[in-house]
Amino acid sequence: MAQPQAKTDALAARVAGLAVAGSGWLGAARRDAAVRLSAMGLPSRRDEYWRYTDPVSLTQTVVLPAALFETADEAPAFDGIDRLRLVFVDGVFDPAQSDDPTLAGVEITALRAAGTTDIHWARDLYGVLEARGQTPVQRPLATLNTAHATEGLLIRATGRAAKPVDLIYLRKSETSDAMVHHCIKVEAGAELTVLENGPGAARFTKVMEVDVAEGGRFHHVRVQGRDAERRAATHLFARVGANALFKSFTLTANGRLTRNDAVIELAGHDGVAHVAGAAMGDGDFHHDDTVFMTHAAERCESRQVFKKVLKNGAVGVFQGKILVKPGAQKTDGYQISQSLLLDGASQFLAKPELEIYADDVKCSHGSTSGAIDEVALFYLQSRGVPRRVAQSLLVLAFLAEAIAEIDDEAIAEDIRSRLEGWLARHEG
Amino acid sequence: MLEIKNLHVKLEEEDKVILRGVDLSIGAGEVHAIMGPNGSGKSTLSYVLAGREGYAVTDGSATLDGADMLAMEPENRAAAGLFLAFQYPVEIPGVGNMTFLRTAVNAQRKTRGEPELSAGDFLKIVREKAKTLKIDADMLKRPVNVGFSGGEKKRNEILQMAMLEPRMCILDETDSGLDVDAMKLVSEGVNALRSEGRSFLVITHYQRLLDHIKPDVVHIMAAGRIIKTGGPELALEVENNGYADLLAEAQ
Repeated sequence: MAQPQAKTDALAARVAGLAVAGSGWLGAARRDAAVRLSAMGLPSRRDEYWRYTDPVSLTQTVVLPAALFETADEAPAFDGIDRLRLVFVDGVFDPAQSDDPTLAGVEITALRAAGTTDIHWARDLYGVLEARGQTPVQRPLATLNTAHATEGLLIRATGRAAKPVDLIYLRKSETSDAMVHHCIKVEAGAELTVLENGPGAARFTKVMEVDVAEGGRFHHVRVQGRDAERRAATHLFARVGANALFKSFTLTANGRLTRNDAVIELAGHDGVAHVAGAAMGDGDFHHDDTVFMTHAAERCESRQVFKKVLKNGAVGVFQGKILVKPGAQKTDGYQISQSLLLDGASQFLAKPELEIYADDVKCSHGSTSGAIDEVALFYLQSRGVPRRVAQSLLVLAFLAEAIAEIDDEAIAEDIRSRLEGWLARHEG
Repeated sequence: MLEIKNLHVKLEEEDKVILRGVDLSIGAGEVHAIMGPNGSGKSTLSYVLAGREGYAVTDGSATLDGADMLAMEPENRAAAGLFLAFQYPVEIPGVGNMTFLRTAVNAQRKTRGEPELSAGDFLKIVREKAKTLKIDADMLKRPVNVGFSGGEKKRNEILQMAMLEPRMCILDETDSGLDVDAMKLVSEGVNALRSEGRSFLVITHYQRLLDHIKPDVVHIMAAGRIIKTGGPELALEVENNGYADLLAEAQ
């Protein structure tokens, strides 16, 4: 379909100066993505799935500067967790700051070094799940990333990983514009936990493609950076095989603009996919979770659990879909999106969708928006609990269902303590 | 211990006057009961003392051992020794009963400048007190009051009272929704807490609760005032004759 000239020009301006395709399988994948992207153009407010979130600051040529975050006495996420640390600085992998990437049961290769070697599994994954995830809803920022990202990791689990792999995104520049693309393959029966934390860049465009083979187990826990002015568009494309497990949880505290797309396909029978998020915003905060869950096989279970705590004019968006394809009988789909509005200035925009083409399925969805329960607050106060502590307890109680999606108790506790810290810093 | 003088209260948002000059003095170790018809202001009195929002005190005072209750935040009233057992205990999904109890106990200790209880000590005390109220481990683990029966909720209120060891306990229609056995259990829990230094204000519609929790003084409240004060026999009089005679007498 022909693009309007303005859209073509905008795309040309955006990709000018970005990395070119290169040789080998990676070059071919990038060239393919560039062709797909030129047919799509960049997203605009007129697109159905960008109606609640203006993508202009993500698509324009100029990167809006974002002040660096003063961490003060805040410990980095997952500080007490034994993990393999892989560090990126403004989107560039930094082996010097990282641990030795040798881990039993796991192969790790930098994308930068991958183009010249034929890594079969990565060749079958890079841009492949992303391309599959463009139907029926286009996600051009992901294609932009596939076409131009030079940084990222290829991670393959062949057994049970001895410890989690933590991707740490440091930021040193106020104007960095980074694209990172990871491919993760969990082989049959293997198990891997990937953690992610840090702001990434002033503008961060990320794609993570995850393929979980039969009986594999993949856990993903991410803490998006607390930098108030950063912008991020992230995409998680996952294919879940038979009897496989995929679980992803994201904590977002702060950030001027965050758009998290999750496109998940339950491709084999008896697969399980859970995706959850807890977002906390105070003031100039726009947070958008867009989820597309496809049931393409029988007896699969999916859960979407998204909770947002919003104050001082913060905006939360949830666009979540469950698509049950013909023949995906005995599907068990669940979706809940809820916001806790701590004042009258904040808003939550939710668009839950179900599309079902099988007749023997169980799907439920719900979306609510509400204020803090004053009666419960008084009850706690009447027992001697100070109002601010009582409020924190009720906020944590509100978020509990999302945090319960984290299987590892030590990691869940780390997330809880971060939430408590955020609440303490954003009182009143 | 508790001194209420000429207390006048209206609803904050409307011109509705509820308490029209309540005077009440409860000494240390005493048990007082307040009875009265619906709408007489009994529950409002308990809420105003505990510090619930939505009420405006237009005149009068309420002090606990000389400390001005009405000037304090609800949590500070609790730390000062006031406890209200709710007529309708509140359900709090997502907050475990044990977490709730421990947070409350330690928050009060902190406010009073006392050391917090360790997890081990707390657990020991709470298990012991829960046992006498027939509260099992499962009820302690579940979210506060969520899915509790009426009787379980009221027993949970008494457990909180036992853990917090307040000096001034207000029981707002603790007998409502209880069967005979549950009332006996709750009353035993209350009686176990009676001591020289602890006072009670028992709000009830029915004399039968006062068979179990024996009051020293009984007050009759109507139209926002205490219209008659007497001994336990006053409760029997209400039970036998209703409020009509007392109201007429007060006119």
